[in-house]
Amino acid sequence: MTEITELGVAAIRDGVVSGAFSAREVAEAFNANVAAASQLNAFIVTTPEKALEAADKVDADRAAGKPLGKMAGVPIGMKDLFASKGVQTTAASHILEGFKPEYESTVSQKLWDAGAGMLGKLNLDQFAMGSSNETSYFGNVISPWRRNDGGNAALAPGGSSGGSSAAVAARLCPAATGTDTGGSIRQPAAFTGISGIKPTYGRCSRWGIVAFASSLDQAGPMARDVTDCAIMLESMAGFDPKDSTSLDMPVPEWSKALDANLKGKKVGIPREYRMDGTDEEILKSWDDGIAWLKDAGAEVVDVSLPHTKYALPTYYIVAPAEASSNLARYDGVRYGLRELPDGANLQDMYAATRAAGFGDEVKRRILIGTYVLSAGFYDAYYTQAQKVRTLIARDFEKAWAQCDVILAPTTPTAAFPLGDKVDDPLAMYLNDVFSVPASLAGLPAMSVPAAINADGLPLGLQIIGKAFDEQGVLNAGLAIEQRARFSAKPEKWW
Amino acid sequence: MSVTRETVAKIASLARIRMGEPELDRMVPELNGILEWVEQLGEVDCSGVEPMTAVIPQKLRLRDDVVDADPLTGGGVREEVLANAPAPEHGFFGVPKVIE
Repeated sequence: MTEITELGVAAIRDGVVSGAFSAREVAEAFNANVAAASQLNAFIVTTPEKALEAADKVDADRAAGKPLGKMAGVPIGMKDLFASKGVQTTAASHILEGFKPEYESTVSQKLWDAGAGMLGKLNLDQFAMGSSNETSYFGNVISPWRRNDGGNAALAPGGSSGGSSAAVAARLCPAATGTDTGGSIRQPAAFTGISGIKPTYGRCSRWGIVAFASSLDQAGPMARDVTDCAIMLESMAGFDPKDSTSLDMPVPEWSKALDANLKGKKVGIPREYRMDGTDEEILKSWDDGIAWLKDAGAEVVDVSLPHTKYALPTYYIVAPAEASSNLARYDGVRYGLRELPDGANLQDMYAATRAAGFGDEVKRRILIGTYVLSAGFYDAYYTQAQKVRTLIARDFEKAWAQCDVILAPTTPTAAFPLGDKVDDPLAMYLNDVFSVPASLAGLPAMSVPAAINADGLPLGLQIIGKAFDEQGVLNAGLAIEQRARFSAKPEKWW
Repeated sequence: MSVTRETVAKIASLARIRMGEPELDRMVPELNGILEWVEQLGEVDCSGVEPMTAVIPQKLRLRDDVVDADPLTGGGVREEVLANAPAPEHGFFGVPKVIE
């Protein structure tokens, strides 16, 4: 029999339901892998007892003949941006170190209700701000992947969901939650050879997720294949009255309707995504992806998204502006860190607490956000950015007149070594050049592994769909998955 | 438009983040680099374009007008609210003296 930790969500759930193995056996196997992988630093805290507790409940329910959920017996990693009742929830920041929420986020509760169990809280970029997991207060996550040059250079697992991507790729968990504000599910998925989908804005409740940029933040699953992503997304999505932007729509059974036959579908290839500086091998995998989707029956058409080049600068006004407002809540009064120098007044306490509690990248973005929202600059920066955002969303609207989904690379390069871009914020930001436009337009988008490059590292392809059409995105993803036949996995060195 | 050291100090003070001289020195070129880059948005012709307010058009809901419509986010949970406070006092959030 295949080792349990090589199995994905569907295989584990089906095995538990059929009695091929118990949920406890599964939880124990993954707990052991988690415990043996501390070198990767993928988890901030581990919760083996939670995984076992959830597993025992599933086993007991099965023995009692009760119906089992969609995620029955599947232990998962939880990005440490989701509030976990009674378990430290930090957003990888010092300012929230020791914070134990009195409540559970909607998305994580839905997963527990579906029979999943928690292996631990996954490391991430601090407040989800970063593309390499190097801004965490709790240290870098090391990608399980290494180049095939025999060197041991530590590579970035991507960010901000870097703990999630590293843990899934290294078989520490069959799936993990991620959140995506400008690419934080798709870019790390691409860097580590796994799949991940950001659904339409509003599909997954934001309640109980530490807020970064509220008009962009969306939760989504990260797993080893498209089917597993579909199953897990079904368990995460759904209307929540506690989130004012939650979509009041039924959640389709995406996994049951998966269909890789794309006959009659049109796939748009945005010409503006052929940018200078994009890696040759990425362009080659894009061409392969086009051929695969044609082979699946789709018609390929050229489309234009003329405002693409403005997406990143728009994002780096809108997201910091929202962050500066959202992060104003960390004041040293209600929860989290408090720094109270001798003789300090209330204002001094705020400033000292926030100076000690936030990392450099978080401070940088709060300052940018504060500046672009300040009197006299608001219209020139923020209002202008929101207008350009309208134009970016309109580009997609026009493209949908010609196609059903869009195919593009997920990232401009494969994973880079840790430390490579850390001193150059702009170079780091450019990593999200292909993922940010869909975020600004609120559209569902996913990354699926497509190829291994000459260095032995995974490359991902991105599918962007119409609002609410997760099915179309997943179907195209499945068509690529079936043809790319990506089976590489990192060789264990940890 | 580039920011001066004084502007960055003012922004940091508005954002309630204490910054020493070396940190300000480091932030000025970094912020200028980012601002210079985002200013390319100025070249986009946005005449007649409305700024985006909602990425997916939605009608804002109102909750039921009853006390504690959702018990989880309603009242009567003082202990839970104070559970993570760094300095709770007598059932309130403790802060340094603000009135002389």
